[in-house]
Amino acid sequence: MNNGIDLPDYLAGIMVLALHAYALFGGADFGGGVWDLMASGPRRNAQRELVADAIGPIWEANHVWLILVVVMCFTCFPAAFAAYAIALHIPISLMLVGVVLRGSAFTFRTYDSRRDDVQRRWGLVFSVASLVTPILLGVTLGAALSGAVAAAQTAPDAWGRFVAPWIGPFPWAIGGFVLALFAYLAAVYLTIEAPDEALREDFRRRALVAALAVFALGGVALLMARADAPFLWHGLVETQRAILVHAMAAASAVVAAWALWRRYYEVARLAAVLEVSSIVWGWAWVQWPFFVPPDRTIDDLASPRATLRLVAIGLSVGFCVLVPSFWVLFRIFKRNPRPFGDAEGA
Amino acid sequence: MSDLLAARAQMATSLAFHILFAVVGIAMPVLMVVAEWRWRRTGDAIYLELAKRWSKGTAILFAVGAVSGTVLSFELGLLWPAFMEYAGAIIGMPFSLEGFAFFTEAIFLGIYLYGWTRISPAAHLAAGVLVALSGVASGVFVVIANAWMNAPVGFELVNGRPVNIDPLRAMMTPAALPQTVHMTLAAFSATGMGVAGIHAWLLRREPDAPFHQRALRVALLVGIPATLLQPIVGHWSGQHVAEYQPAKLAAMEAHFETSRMAPLRIGGWPNPDTRSVAASLDIPGGLSFLAFNDPSAEVTGLDRIPREDWPNVRVVHVAFQVMVALGSAMALVALWAAWAMRRGSLVERRRLLTVLGLLAPAGFIAIEAGWVVTEVGRQPWIVQGLVRTADAVTPVPGLIVPFVTFTLLYVLLGIAVTWLLYRQIIRTGPRGEFYGTREFRTMQRPAA
Repeated sequence: MNNGIDLPDYLAGIMVLALHAYALFGGADFGGGVWDLMASGPRRNAQRELVADAIGPIWEANHVWLILVVVMCFTCFPAAFAAYAIALHIPISLMLVGVVLRGSAFTFRTYDSRRDDVQRRWGLVFSVASLVTPILLGVTLGAALSGAVAAAQTAPDAWGRFVAPWIGPFPWAIGGFVLALFAYLAAVYLTIEAPDEALREDFRRRALVAALAVFALGGVALLMARADAPFLWHGLVETQRAILVHAMAAASAVVAAWALWRRYYEVARLAAVLEVSSIVWGWAWVQWPFFVPPDRTIDDLASPRATLRLVAIGLSVGFCVLVPSFWVLFRIFKRNPRPFGDAEGA
Repeated sequence: MSDLLAARAQMATSLAFHILFAVVGIAMPVLMVVAEWRWRRTGDAIYLELAKRWSKGTAILFAVGAVSGTVLSFELGLLWPAFMEYAGAIIGMPFSLEGFAFFTEAIFLGIYLYGWTRISPAAHLAAGVLVALSGVASGVFVVIANAWMNAPVGFELVNGRPVNIDPLRAMMTPAALPQTVHMTLAAFSATGMGVAGIHAWLLRREPDAPFHQRALRVALLVGIPATLLQPIVGHWSGQHVAEYQPAKLAAMEAHFETSRMAPLRIGGWPNPDTRSVAASLDIPGGLSFLAFNDPSAEVTGLDRIPREDWPNVRVVHVAFQVMVALGSAMALVALWAAWAMRRGSLVERRRLLTVLGLLAPAGFIAIEAGWVVTEVGRQPWIVQGLVRTADAVTPVPGLIVPFVTFTLLYVLLGIAVTWLLYRQIIRTGPRGEFYGTREFRTMQRPAA
C-alpha cells in the first residue's frame, strides 16, 4: 500500500474541505431552522426574523457545497459513489425529501402572504425539515464511516445490503451529533448577528445548551463506535493521531464555552469554528487512507489519472472564481449586524 | 411495476419537474436584468416594478430548481449506480464545472435579490448579468453530459470496460454543440414566450396597463429571436441524430423500412407490430432531404435495428410531433408579433394577444416532449450502444416507494408554486403607481 500523499489524496482532501464548508455554512443554515422551530419566549417572532434574515441571502449558495461533494465523489471515486448509493439508498432518499422541503418551504414563506397562518404553515415545514435533514445526513455519514457499507456489499440478503448498514444505533448517534453541532454553530453565529442585547442573550443561552448537547451526543457516538464502528473506534482511541484530534476539539470546545459564558462572542465564534473544523478534519485524518472503510483505499477507488488531473485543474480555476464571489456575498450581508429593518423601508 | 420501470419513472418525473425550473432559472434572469437596465436608463418606475416582480418569481422558481437539481445529482447514483461507476470518470467533469457555475449563480442571485439597497446600482446590475451568464453555463454543462450519453466518445473499450479515458474529448462529443444550442434557445424561447403570453392575456383585460405593455415588449424581445432561430437549430440537431443515432431518428419519424426517398411523416399513429403508420401525412423524400440534404439519400429504418434494441416508437414519434408542431406554431406567432411590434400595433391586436396567451405554455410542453424524444429515443440504452438501462439500475428492491414519494412531493410543490406565483405575482395587478411608495419598499424586505 502506498502511504504517500498523491493526487487522489489531494482530491479526497478537497472533498473533505467541501464537506467542511458545508458543515460551517450550510450546517448553520439548518441549525437556524432548528432555532426557528424552537423559538420561544416573548421574543419568539424576533428570533424567527433574525434567523430568516441571517440565512435568506446565503442558504442557496451554501447548499451547493453538498452538490460539489456529490459531484466530486462520482467523478473522482465512482465505485465508492456507487457503493454508498446502493447501501444507503434509503437514508439518502429521505434526506433528499428533507432538502427539498426545507429549501422550498423557506422560499415560499419568504414570498407568500404575510398573514400569520400562512407564515406559520410554511415556517413549520421549513423548521421541521431543518431538524430532520441534518439527522439523516448524519445517519448517512455515520453509516459510511462505520465500515458497514463495505460489509453490505457481500451481505446475503436484502436486509443486510440495504437496511443493516444504517439502521444500527451508531449512525443515529452520529445523526444526533450532527444535528447538535449544526444547531450549536447557528446559535453561536446568531449571537453576533443579533441586533439587540435581549436577542443576543436568547441565542447565548441556546448556544450554551447546544454546546452541552454536542458534548453529550459526541460522547455517546464515541462509545457506540466501539461496538458498531470498530475501525473508527480504533482510529479515535488507539492511535497517536487521535490524541491531537481530541486535544484540538476539546480545547476549542472549552474555549468556546468559556467565551460564550463571558460574552466574548467573536472569540466564541472563532473557537466554535475551530471545534467543528477539528472534528471534520480529525475524522478525515483518522480515516485516511481509506475511502470506504475498513479496507478500500483512496487509491483503490480513484478514477484514472487523466480524469483526476482535469478535475484538479477545473477545481483550481473554479475556486479562483468561487472564493472572491463568496467573499463578496458575505461582505455584503454579514459585515455589520443587520439593522432590524432596511433603513429605506422604515 | 418492475423496479426498472419504477426507477425510470422516478428519473423521468424528477427530470421533467426539474427541467421546467431549470429553464426558467436560465432565461428569467435575462428578463429581470433587461427590465432593471431599462429602469436605470429611463427612470421609468414601471420597469423597476417589473424587475422586482420578475426577480421575485425567479427567486421562487430558482429555489425549487436548486433543490430538485440536488435530488437529481444524488439520483444518478441512487437509481443508476452501475452507470455512474462506468461513466463517472468520463463525464463527471462537466458536472463538476456545472457545480461551479451553479455556485456562481446562487451567490449572485442572493446578492441580486437581497442587495437592492446594499450595493451600488452598477454592481447590482452586474450581479444580475452574472446570474444570467452562470445560469446559461450550468445548463450547457449538464446538457453536455447528456450529449455524451447519446454519442459517447473519449475512451477506449477493453473487455467491456472504458480505458484510456480522455474527459476533455468526451466533453467534445459531436452531440454537444447542437444539443446545448438547441436547449439554451429552448430555455429563452419557452420562458420569453411564456412570460409574454401571461402579460398578453392580462392585457386583454386591461389594455391600457403600461405595466403589462412594457412587460410584453421585454419578454418578446427575449422570446422572439430564440423562437425564430429554434427551427433552424432543431433541424441541425436532427441531422446529428440521423448521423449518430439512426434508431432514434427512425423512431422519431416512425420510419420502419430502410429506403431512399424516405418520406417525412407528419402526425400519425405508428404500429410497431405491423410496422405501419396510420393516419399520417407523408411528404415523399422529405425525411431524406431533411436528414441528409438530398431527397434520394438512404435513411436507415428500424428494420436494420434488432427488435430488442428499438425504443418505444409510439412514444418517441408522438413526442417528436408534439415538439415540432408547437415549435412551428410558436415560430409563426413570433413572426406575427415581430411584425406587429414593428408596426407599433402590438397591444391593439386582440387576436394576437389571445394567441400569445394561449401559446404561453407551448414552449414548456415542447421542452418536455423534446426530452422525451431524447431520453426514450435512446432506450434501451443508458449509454448509446454500450450500457443498457436495465443493466445500470440499482439492486435496491421496492423502488416503487421512492417513485411514489417523490412524485407526490413534486405534485404538491408544483401546486404550491403555481398558487404562489398566481397569488403573489400575477394577481398583484398592474398598478405601477403603487411602486415607489413606502408600502412598496417595505414589501421588498424579504422576511420582515
